[in-house]
Amino acid sequence: MSEEIHARRLLQGNEAIVQGALAARCRFFAGYPITPASEIAEQLSVRLPAVNGTFIQMEDEIASIGAVIGASLAGGKAMTATSGPGFSLMQENLGFACAAEVPCVIVNVMRGGPSTGLPTSPAQGDVQMARWGTHGDHSIIVLAVSSVLDSFIMTVRAFNLAEKYRVPVIILSDEVVAHTRESVELPLKSEVKVVDRIAPGMPPDWYKPYQEDARGVPPMAAFGDGYRHHVTGLVHDQDGFPTQNPQEVEKFHQRLSMKITKGLPDIQLTRKFHMDDAELFVVAYGSVARSAMRAVEEARMAGIRAGLVQLITLFPFPRRTLTPYLQQCHSVLVPELNLGQISREVQRVNQGQCTVVKQNRVDGRLITPQEIYNRLVKLSSGRLS
Amino acid sequence: MPPSIQALTHTYFRHNKRFPHVWCPGCGNGIVMGALLRAITRLELEKDEIVLASGIGCSGRMPTYLDFNTLHTTHGRALTFATGIKLANPALNVVAIMGDGDATAIGGNHLIHAARRNLNLTAIIINNSIYGMTGGQYSPTTPFGSTTTTSVYGHIEHAFSIAELAVTAGASFVARSTVYHAALADQLIEQAMMKPGFAVVEIISNCHVQYGRRNKIGNAVEMLTAFKEQAVTVKKAATMEQKELQGKVTIGVLADRDLPVSTDEYKKIRERARAAQEES
Ligand code: SF4
Repeated sequence: MSEEIHARRLLQGNEAIVQGALAARCRFFAGYPITPASEIAEQLSVRLPAVNGTFIQMEDEIASIGAVIGASLAGGKAMTATSGPGFSLMQENLGFACAAEVPCVIVNVMRGGPSTGLPTSPAQGDVQMARWGTHGDHSIIVLAVSSVLDSFIMTVRAFNLAEKYRVPVIILSDEVVAHTRESVELPLKSEVKVVDRIAPGMPPDWYKPYQEDARGVPPMAAFGDGYRHHVTGLVHDQDGFPTQNPQEVEKFHQRLSMKITKGLPDIQLTRKFHMDDAELFVVAYGSVARSAMRAVEEARMAGIRAGLVQLITLFPFPRRTLTPYLQQCHSVLVPELNLGQISREVQRVNQGQCTVVKQNRVDGRLITPQEIYNRLVKLSSGRLS
Repeated sequence: MPPSIQALTHTYFRHNKRFPHVWCPGCGNGIVMGALLRAITRLELEKDEIVLASGIGCSGRMPTYLDFNTLHTTHGRALTFATGIKLANPALNVVAIMGDGDATAIGGNHLIHAARRNLNLTAIIINNSIYGMTGGQYSPTTPFGSTTTTSVYGHIEHAFSIAELAVTAGASFVARSTVYHAALADQLIEQAMMKPGFAVVEIISNCHVQYGRRNKIGNAVEMLTAFKEQAVTVKKAATMEQKELQGKVTIGVLADRDLPVSTDEYKKIRERARAAQEES
């Protein structure tokens, strides 16, 4: 047996997502070529068959996510990767995965939009689409990655959350994270915690595929396991069959929402820097969080009591993490590569305690540490103690 | 002796759960369902190894009633889900059941690519020339000149011929029947399910409620009678002039060819990938 050793490697974000997917035991990928996500497909087409997995390039993104859901129903861990235009096409079947509770992971390496937009420039314009893109009320988990190492760790995490809560998990990366090469030390196989969906333990005759239990997440049988059951995107009862009975329809919606709400402490991931004594803070995610970190360090050196809350989970929005800081600080700065998609979430949970300041760039360029620093200086002027 | 209807319903229906069904009395969907069950009985397949996946529309409800691994997907997408299922577990026998609008309008892209890709899947397409469930709008197989709720002044587009489309797109096996020729339908489905590669069976069916009545063809019986008169076997059609074939429907096997099956080919890819990894 070869011994595992920690090794430094030069990887780009997309490569780290591939490594993370394999570490999480993803065995199926279906996708359609698109910049800046294509490396994920290319590399998985090489790696998956070697581990008895399957790669397929489909005719479009609609088909890609359809195949991913099919593979997951047959018991495999499955994913796809795309960018804005492809993500738009996936919204239909994404809703199916929410309704039928099919675990899967969708990577969206964001680029400028709308429409074909700016294919090779970074942006964070798909944040609200990731949350609300498919029609109807639905629960979904959205994670944002900010570095190469993050791309690995959060891809594993995405699969674990998808399997645990039977929900599609969206990973938002951006062109900068995806294509920047960084020297990283990936965790060893033995250090990676992998979660698998819970299979039914009862005899097939007793199996109710959508039965309500304390956890709110029913065990999931794979097609072919002997637990013959029905899966539909129609609102369904505990047996999985379509229903229009108002009580059953209500129950269906409540459970899909509750299963995520119950898991919030587990699902909502954030990182905090210098927050204990902060008087003002930054809320950032993705590549912008890297600029923000640098800006906060420099602000500290200049005597400004600034902090940073980096959001990894964008949705369900980590309200409970932010609330105490919104009470503690006089201002919060929300830099984003869009016209204000997370700042509106911050405003929503703020309830007027704190001044919410937007900082936006939509010209296809990054927000630099200097820009954020300058804003922090301005916000703190006259308030320095 | 074909199995009795009673035996089929007892074996395969989710009778305590999902009945009565949603279909109109006399709808051809029931005949197709019967044909599918007879084929499965003759093939002696286990219920656990069958996956029946549908799209949206009247045909889309079929899996609900049958005791297999069943899946009711989004409109037009049955073949994409079926592709994922088959690739993730090639031991499963995956059948997609679709309507004409489902398979050739919104799902047309998936149909031609599934045919080209040649996975070991079976596609049954119930072609009744109309969108039945949504109230009788024209579909890609609605004949030129007919009346529908979205072509009340007469339909000015031309109809797809589904089976011929599948032949051109490269399916390994393509066949057509009508619901009048129910015994032929089950034989063709049986052949399709046995055939390695992508197999398509188009079954011309009656939506007397949304199509027959409006186009003065009549009720279910009258529509079936019309199918009987229009049908010409592939063999007979080969001897007929193009002009004589106007308004006729060829039934039987249109294509049966042995092509590399991608589900098998992928096994070789895995071997190559493993070898390449060992080398590096
Ligand atoms: S509307 Fe037409 S296709 Fe639908 S069930 Fe009725 S007869 Fe059948």
